[in-house]
Amino acid sequence: MNCRDTNLLINAYADGELDAARTLELEQHVQSCAECKCAWENIRALKKSLKQDALYFAAPADLRQRIKASLPSPAKRISTRAAWSWNWLTTAFSGAFAVCLALLLTMTIPHGQENRLADEIVSEHIRSMMANHVMDVVSTDQHTVKPWFNGKVDFSPPVRDLAAQDFPLVGGRLDYLNGRNVAALIFQHHKHIINLFIWPSKQTSSQPAALPSRQGFHLVHWSDGDMIYWAVSDLNETELMDFAHAFNTASH
Amino acid sequence: MVPVDERERLNLFEQTVLPHLDAAYNLARWLAGNDHDAQDVAQEATLRAFRFFGNFRGENARAWLLTIVRNTFYTWLRKNRPQETMVEINDETLANEDALIETNAVSNSTADAELVRQAIAELPVEFREIVVLREMEGFSYKEIAELADVPIGTVMSRLARARKLLQHRLAAEFKPGGPS
Repeated sequence: MNCRDTNLLINAYADGELDAARTLELEQHVQSCAECKCAWENIRALKKSLKQDALYFAAPADLRQRIKASLPSPAKRISTRAAWSWNWLTTAFSGAFAVCLALLLTMTIPHGQENRLADEIVSEHIRSMMANHVMDVVSTDQHTVKPWFNGKVDFSPPVRDLAAQDFPLVGGRLDYLNGRNVAALIFQHHKHIINLFIWPSKQTSSQPAALPSRQGFHLVHWSDGDMIYWAVSDLNETELMDFAHAFNTASH
Repeated sequence: MVPVDERERLNLFEQTVLPHLDAAYNLARWLAGNDHDAQDVAQEATLRAFRFFGNFRGENARAWLLTIVRNTFYTWLRKNRPQETMVEINDETLANEDALIETNAVSNSTADAELVRQAIAELPVEFREIVVLREMEGFSYKEIAELADVPIGTVMSRLARARKLLQHRLAAEFKPGGPS
């Protein structure tokens, strides 16, 4: 690869959008060319500068309230009795239909269980943020978070701080998933929250794998032979995979 | 057709779309340039999203909401500040900027947030939105292309140009021994 190609592809490289073969060629060129190395350092410094928390504008509280007030209120939701009885009938039928469909799906699709779990995990993630209940124990210290789980769950989840990899640990929470108590670790990456759900399982170990995104959230799951891990966040898939690999590596 | 249960629709909207209100406001704030207009745009877009929630197919709620924010903003822009739409940047200035940037060596420090904020704010709007969607929201090129309704190639070239412009404006910040 020459300087011209590098100049064209260096942004895609910085964004993790370059395929493996060309990534390798580009890295080799950058290592051997002072000018392109400088261009790469420039982009990296710029990207870092653009990701500062101070540049992100969170929605003001009064905007949130105004929007909620403009949405239909619970009192207005059921308007007339006539509409209600008709709705009730159709709801009953569509409900029965949904149950049949769900039964059919779980019988025919082997991944039905995994999908249901993924849905449950996304719901827990959303709930944890909406109800202002992200953390039960707030600490960036893994030696505070880990003992906190003693007596709350019947296993000892591995707790790692990944601040060095730009995924600082911010706390822990007890959660309920898949019919059991699970440990939830909360990490932060810039403004984004990552929930990592952990519970014991004798499933054979597997490398982090991403699921198709749901409702704008990405999911990655893996297993180390003792525990199952599910990470969920509104981070993009590449960054969430980076997180999964960082956690997996730090645990071994 | 099954009549939609209003209560369920509202619950679903609150669970899938409203968690992305920060992202909606952030994009509106960067596009509009001030809090007042950004609140107007974000509020109108979110209520519009609720009206059209029936069209949402359950894929990426954040991308879906931001598409509506973006469209709402451009409609608002044409009405309120028509002179600001589509400023072309010619390639000659960019070539000069290229020459300036290549010679700079960087320090490892992060540029001062206020200066970065100014530099982004000075970008033409169609570059600014790509920078926000890529660097702050972490969308892939493909997602940005769909969201901004432009080909992936355009996303890439706008991002490259935007970065050159930002590097040029922040050049002093990145010089070794310059302000940290």
